[in-house]
Amino acid sequence: MHYYNEEDLGRFGEIAKHKPELFEKFLAWYQACQEEGALSKREKALIGLAVAVTVQCPYCIDAFTNSCLENGSNMEQMTESIHLASAIRGGASLVHGIQSHNAHDKVSM
Amino acid sequence: MQAVQITRNGKPALPDSPISFSRKLNGGELFSARVDTLQVNVGKLCNQACKHCHVDASPARTEIMKRETIESCLRVLREFRIKTLDITGGAPELNPNFRYFVTEARNAGAQVLIRHNLTVIFEKDQEDLPDFFAASQAEVICSLPYFLEQQTDSQRGTGVFEKSVKALQKLNEVGYGTNEKLVLNLVYNPTGAFLPPSQTAIEADFKRELKTRYDISFNNLYTITNMPIARFLDWLRRSKNEESYMTRLVNAFNPSTLEGLMCRNLISVDWQGNLFDCDFNQMLELSLKEDLPQTIFDFSLEKLNSRQIATANHCFGCTAGAGSSCGGTVV
Repeated sequence: MHYYNEEDLGRFGEIAKHKPELFEKFLAWYQACQEEGALSKREKALIGLAVAVTVQCPYCIDAFTNSCLENGSNMEQMTESIHLASAIRGGASLVHGIQSHNAHDKVSM
Repeated sequence: MQAVQITRNGKPALPDSPISFSRKLNGGELFSARVDTLQVNVGKLCNQACKHCHVDASPARTEIMKRETIESCLRVLREFRIKTLDITGGAPELNPNFRYFVTEARNAGAQVLIRHNLTVIFEKDQEDLPDFFAASQAEVICSLPYFLEQQTDSQRGTGVFEKSVKALQKLNEVGYGTNEKLVLNLVYNPTGAFLPPSQTAIEADFKRELKTRYDISFNNLYTITNMPIARFLDWLRRSKNEESYMTRLVNAFNPSTLEGLMCRNLISVDWQGNLFDCDFNQMLELSLKEDLPQTIFDFSLEKLNSRQIATANHCFGCTAGAGSSCGGTVV
């Protein structure tokens, strides 16, 4: 038994069951965000993949990997976006080290 | 009327679909417009055995169109003044009557398209193909699934990318892609179970990357969806992607593609002279409707124009997203 099921991605629409109007608003927003705009659909798919890996959502990773491929990206480009997201995440932890330094300095002679 | 192949390796020859194609047509039927293209498959022999090939072509195949069948195709081109001859295979150049066919079709005034796999140039007695193509002023349409080696070789075989690049450079040398009379188009196929990207966007990538890396020029890039039949269907099943791929195609069904489908303007001819609505129906042995001429030997343009087209669930391949045809996207 595990919590994540691949088939559940295809059942996403069922979340509308108890509050359809909110899901409709979400879906319209979600889809509009991925349309061609000041950024290309390919750039948005790469951003989506980076965020998906960062929030560690297996459904999003699956969906945006396919979205990247269907927008013509290759594994080198996708891996770069994953590294960037991971580096920012690592950097975010690291920069909090300054907090530790500050706390240390405050109580130290 | 022949039946659709019932099985393939003990399994259905058509993919399992969450909804039938005829249901998507809302009970309606698909009719052709005027036939302006004769697409002739001159044989299944090929020097490659690509993973996505809907023809199951390979070096082991022996089906080759005979000279008398080619003569009948030429007679049809002349008699009915069909605008375009689209020659495919296999590697069509491996048919011993290929050059005769091209030359006579050009003499008949037809535009000639050649579906060319690039690497065949390096086979015995084929090294002068670029010169022959140029002298014939045939339009050459070459398969190149991606501008990188890994993706191309994973679909078409080890070493294919390197040979393809050299072949494209040879075609450029004789004027293809630069001389306006010598049109060189490329074909992108997804290297897996996903839909093609925007044709415009990926064409720009191909132009930039092939020029920068290899100094290669070409005219247009066509994106073509992988058809869930034959060798690609086998791969979908082995890799457990059949259900998700068919769901993807069905969910991406776009009714606005129907009007521009290639089956509405062409007739497909197999190596024995049998007629079909398209090359995919040909491979499934899904024949023309019973009341229509069945072979090139009893061809009638009047009867084949405005005919009802035979469809099945593989047709989702041509109607997904921006659509797919031998000339790229449909909408």
